[in-house]
Amino acid sequence: MPEASAPIVRIRNLSKAYRRGTQVIPVLTDINFDIARGEFVALMGPSGSGKSTLLNLIAGIDSADQGSIQVGDVEITTLGESDLARWRAGSVGFIFQFYNLIPVLTAYENVELPLLLTHLSRRERSEHVEAVLNVVGLADRMDHYPSQLSGGQQQRVAIARAIVTDPEILVADEPTGDLDRASAEEILQLMDRLVREFGKTVIMVTHDPRAAEKAHLIRHLEKGELSVT
Amino acid sequence: MFFLKYILRNLFRHKLRSVLTIVGVAVAVLAFGLLRTLVGLWYAGAEHASDTRLVTRNSISLVFPLPISYLDRIRGVPGVTSVSYGNWFGAYYKDQKNFFANYAIEPRGYLELYPELMLSPKEKNDFFLDRKGCIVGERLAKTYGWKVGDLITLKGTIFPGQWEFVLRGIYHGKEKATEERILLFHWSYLNEALRQTVPRRADQVGYFVVGVKKPELAPEVSMAIDSLFKNSLAETLTETEKAFHMSFVSMTEAIMVAIQIVSYMVIAIIMVVAANTMAMTARERISEYATLKTLGFKGGHLGGLIFGESVLISLSGGVVGVAATFPAAHWIEVELAQFFPYFSVSTETILLELLAALSVGVVSGIFPTWRGATIRIADGLKRIG
Repeated sequence: MPEASAPIVRIRNLSKAYRRGTQVIPVLTDINFDIARGEFVALMGPSGSGKSTLLNLIAGIDSADQGSIQVGDVEITTLGESDLARWRAGSVGFIFQFYNLIPVLTAYENVELPLLLTHLSRRERSEHVEAVLNVVGLADRMDHYPSQLSGGQQQRVAIARAIVTDPEILVADEPTGDLDRASAEEILQLMDRLVREFGKTVIMVTHDPRAAEKAHLIRHLEKGELSVT
Repeated sequence: MFFLKYILRNLFRHKLRSVLTIVGVAVAVLAFGLLRTLVGLWYAGAEHASDTRLVTRNSISLVFPLPISYLDRIRGVPGVTSVSYGNWFGAYYKDQKNFFANYAIEPRGYLELYPELMLSPKEKNDFFLDRKGCIVGERLAKTYGWKVGDLITLKGTIFPGQWEFVLRGIYHGKEKATEERILLFHWSYLNEALRQTVPRRADQVGYFVVGVKKPELAPEVSMAIDSLFKNSLAETLTETEKAFHMSFVSMTEAIMVAIQIVSYMVIAIIMVVAANTMAMTARERISEYATLKTLGFKGGHLGGLIFGESVLISLSGGVVGVAATFPAAHWIEVELAQFFPYFSVSTETILLELLAALSVGVVSGIFPTWRGATIRIADGLKRIG
């Protein structure tokens, strides 16, 4: 486990509620939470406990009602839509349960997507894409479309896409939820490797205790409140 | 470049849907183009009318004749270069369905005033010398297989009886828009027959064609001619040839307006269909758009993707529609020559067709573009699975 350092994620008094008509449904209530750099954190909890919402808030794809989220030096709750998009593109890698690859693009093109928002040349982009596809062991499948890959391979392409911009944080929402046990194990090992070898900080939402075992720290959410394991 | 590739691949994601949409737009654009051409042709006579020719007719109605004695008085009006005259004859060939325009004219002055009716000097001379002679346009001759020297018998309606003519010449139009489905014969032939059978109808003409030195003189000459016959039994109405044509066109204006409305309705209908297709497409891809937004792509990027696809589909349909317009117009011109002897698609119509296709793309892309560009990421991602 890496040495403790200044937290990369600092959450203070974070609250979030959804509104359905006049009804207000609290999802997260006064969350205070730090994640150290290079840590592998698992967020667990029953359905509707708010873990995915918390992940979305940390990743800057949803907005809080109250409180602060500081990632690195950036207070993301104060960023506008455009700045937030730019910040996400450079600082966060996303891994989804259903991979979320674009079906009409090849593995290579899917991985290249986030780099299109950078100023890298085509050649530089190509170098980055090939490098990360090597990391995930799919360099020989770069011309394949998602439909030509297995679930585990698709998720590895998604991981390659998540790390191609070299973000500090990776957020994963049930990354093994759609995979068989063997593929899930491969993905978890890959994520573990990203933490150990590449110093990434991984925040993973999961229902699977086996997946959570890979994490350095497991946090439980229950009715929008956090507890430590 | 990447986005174009992405748009193109999206275009063929649901091949059948895309092909059907493209075909739908193409058919709509084709229908729009043909209807616009039809409307354009209706006004073509007026548009191609000479601005140095005036038409003098009875001020009450074209149905009422004018005395031939007006000829010399009109000739004497300052600014007038030449005068000829004619009568709508209204006969048909063999069967009533074989109907075409036929006029009794004063040949020399008439052909001088209408240089766009091109005849060889020999044919022209033969026509002038034979009082029973007639000339026809090339298209009309082709329709009935007439050759110079043929005897043509028309059945009169306004002037009852069997009227025999010898074909002395086949003219062709100087321009493509020149009417080539007309038969012209000697007014004197008609008049002679009328003198013998219905003397009270003799020595009368339906209209005078008046040549003026320059277009600017037209209003002045028109007023001068009409003032000559003020308070007479047959007062005249002189107007430019264009206005004369327009008076006929205006009789059917309501039909033309209806056709124009239908042409726009066709585009409006395909717009709604294409908009529904694009909305369906965007709805299916909401999770993809959310993913792209998650990766840092902004509303503008997504808007470009969706809008680009919408415009590309419609323009593809537009190009197919335009390409189909030419053979369709040619087919109409050949197969339906009796109704549409000249069915040429103008550059303006082609541009309008492309503009219509572009409008379909733009309008049908607005809602899906807005929806895709403004989707909340968290909401979009929930659509997965």
